[in-house]
Amino acid sequence: MPAAEPQTVRDICERWVGRTGAPIGALREVVATLGHLEPPHLETAAHVFNLSVAEVRGIVSFYADLRTEPQGRRHIRLCQAEACQAVGARELTAATQERLGIALGETAADGSVSLEAVYCLGLCAAGPSAMVDGRPIARATLQALLE
Amino acid sequence: MSVVHVPYETLANALGANELAAAFTKRGHHVVRSGSRGLAWTEPMIEMDGIAYGPVAHVDELEAVRLGPVDALPGLAGQRRLVFDRCGGRSPWDYDPTSLRAWLERSPDEILADVEASGLRGRGGAGFPAHIKWRTVRDTPAERKYIVVNADEGDSGTFADRLIMEGDPLRLIEGMLIAGRATGADTGIVYLRSEYPLAAETFTKAIAIAEGMGLLEGFAIELFIGAGAYICGEETSLLESLEGKRGEVRAKPPVPAVAGLHGRPTLVHNVITLAAVPAILEMGGSAYAALGVGASTGTMTFQLAGNVKRGGLFELPFGLTVRELIDDWGGGTLSGRPIGAAQVGGPLGAYLKDAELDAPLSYEALADLGAGVGHGGVVVFDDRVDLVEQARFAFAFCAHESCGKCTPCRIGAVRGKELVEALQAGERPAGQLAIIADLCDVMEQASLCQMGGMTPIPVRSALSL
Repeated sequence: MPAAEPQTVRDICERWVGRTGAPIGALREVVATLGHLEPPHLETAAHVFNLSVAEVRGIVSFYADLRTEPQGRRHIRLCQAEACQAVGARELTAATQERLGIALGETAADGSVSLEAVYCLGLCAAGPSAMVDGRPIARATLQALLE
Repeated sequence: MSVVHVPYETLANALGANELAAAFTKRGHHVVRSGSRGLAWTEPMIEMDGIAYGPVAHVDELEAVRLGPVDALPGLAGQRRLVFDRCGGRSPWDYDPTSLRAWLERSPDEILADVEASGLRGRGGAGFPAHIKWRTVRDTPAERKYIVVNADEGDSGTFADRLIMEGDPLRLIEGMLIAGRATGADTGIVYLRSEYPLAAETFTKAIAIAEGMGLLEGFAIELFIGAGAYICGEETSLLESLEGKRGEVRAKPPVPAVAGLHGRPTLVHNVITLAAVPAILEMGGSAYAALGVGASTGTMTFQLAGNVKRGGLFELPFGLTVRELIDDWGGGTLSGRPIGAAQVGGPLGAYLKDAELDAPLSYEALADLGAGVGHGGVVVFDDRVDLVEQARFAFAFCAHESCGKCTPCRIGAVRGKELVEALQAGERPAGQLAIIADLCDVMEQASLCQMGGMTPIPVRSALSL
C-alpha cells in the first residue's frame, strides 16, 4: 500500500469528526477515494473517532457500501428485488453469472469485473435494472451490461 | 428556437435523457432540465410548447412519438397532484418562495390545526397520524429538537421519494421548514439512501438555493447519505445510523418524538408525508381530508411497477381499487398475460391474488386483508409467478437485511428460508407449512420492529396460510 494512503484516511476522518453520521460518512468517503477499506484504515478511523477497532469493524460489517474487498475494474450491480423479478431479473442474473463465470458477490480472478446484488435502484417501472460503474441502466439486457 | 423541457431524473437519464438534451442544445434549442412527470413508459419524455413527446429516441423523430397536449396526457390527466403539482415541465430551480413565507408566518397552533384537520398519516408505511407526532415533539421540552426525513426508500416498486427529490426538492424543504415552525425544531436532517446519487445532487442544490433566498435562517438543513442497509428505513435504525452506529433498531418506547436523535425529541417522517404539508396549508386541512375514503384521507403517491404496461407514479386520492390502478392506469400486464399476483406495499407487503384485487387502496381495506398500503408501491406479476419462490425470497430478504438485534427476526428468517426450501424440494409439505405458519406467528408477535414483524405478511399471502 502506498505510504500516502493512511494520511488520506486520517485527513478524511478528521474532516468528519463531530459531523452527523460520522464515522459512517467518513468510511464511505474512504471507500469512494481508495476503492475499499483495509485493516489499517479501520485502525486509523478508530483512533480518530476515539472508538475501539472492534466498534469500527462492527460498523463496517453492517453496511454493504463499506467494502473490504476490491471490486472489479467494471462493477455491475444487478437488482434482485421483486419489481425486477417480475420482469426477468432472475433470468438476467443467471445469464450474467454464466457469461462472466462469477456469481453475485464475486470478482473475476483477473480483476476485470465484479458482480453485486442490489435491492432496488428505484427504476422499478422499467426493470430489470442495474448500475454499471455508477451508471443506471433501465430495461437491462445482458448486452447492455457488458457493452 | 423553442424551449424544450427534458427531464433530469434517474430513470429518464438511464433511458437517454442526457444525450437527448445535448442533441437538442446542438440544434439550437433552449433546453430546460425539468422534473419527470413520472410516466415511465414515455421516458424520455420531452415537452415543447405544451405538447409532450415520448419515448423520444432521436431529435428528428418527434412526430412519430407525439403524445399530445400535456394537460390531456393519458396517465396524467385525472390524477390529483398535490405533492407532485410542480414536478415536471418546469425547472425545479425556478422557485418562488412567496407562498412558503406566508405559511411560515402562521402560528404553530394554526399549522397544527390544519395538519390535524387534514387527517394526514405517515406515507412511509406505518400510517401513523402525523399531528400526534407533531404535537408530541412540540410539547416535549428540550434544548434542541430535530426534523429527520426518511429518504431511505428501499422498498422494491417505490420511487416517489426519489422523483420528488430529483424533480421538486424544494417541496420537501418547504415541508421541513413548516414542520420546524410547528414543532420548534431548528435542525432538519435528510437520510438519503446511497443508491440515489442524482437525488443527492439535486437536493444539495436545493439546500443552496433555499439558503441563498434566506429561507434557512434559524433552521439548518443537512443531507446524510446512507451506506447500504435496508433496515435503516426503520426509524430507530435510521437514528442509530445518523449517530454513526450500526443500524440496530431500538426498543420502543420511548418513541423518537420523545427521545430520538441524540435522545432529543425528533419528528421522523417519510419524504412524501412532509411534501404533502404545503398542499394541506394551501388548500386547508378539511379540504384535504375531503379527498380519499374514511380515515385514509388525501392523496397517495401510488407507484406502479413490475410486469405492467404503463408503470410510473400516479398521485390519486385513496379509495380506487388495486385492479383499477393496474388495469385502468397501468394498462394491465406488460406481457399481456393474466395478472398472477400484485404485491402491495413493498417487500413486507402482501401478495394479493386475482380475487383480492377489487379491494380499495386504503389503510383500512388493506388491513382487513392482512395487508397494508406501505409506501404506496404496487408490483405486478403475471400468471407465471411462482408464489412459493416469492415466499422463500421474503424470508431470504429478511435474513439478508435483518439488523440481528432480536432473535425472532435474526434466526426466524433463516429458518423460514430453509423451511420453504424444504417445501420446494417436496419434503413433507403439510408438515413444513404448519411449521412456517407457527414461525410466522412468532416473528409477527415477538420481533422488535416491522422487519421481522411484517415478513410474515408476504409469506402468508404467497402461501395462502
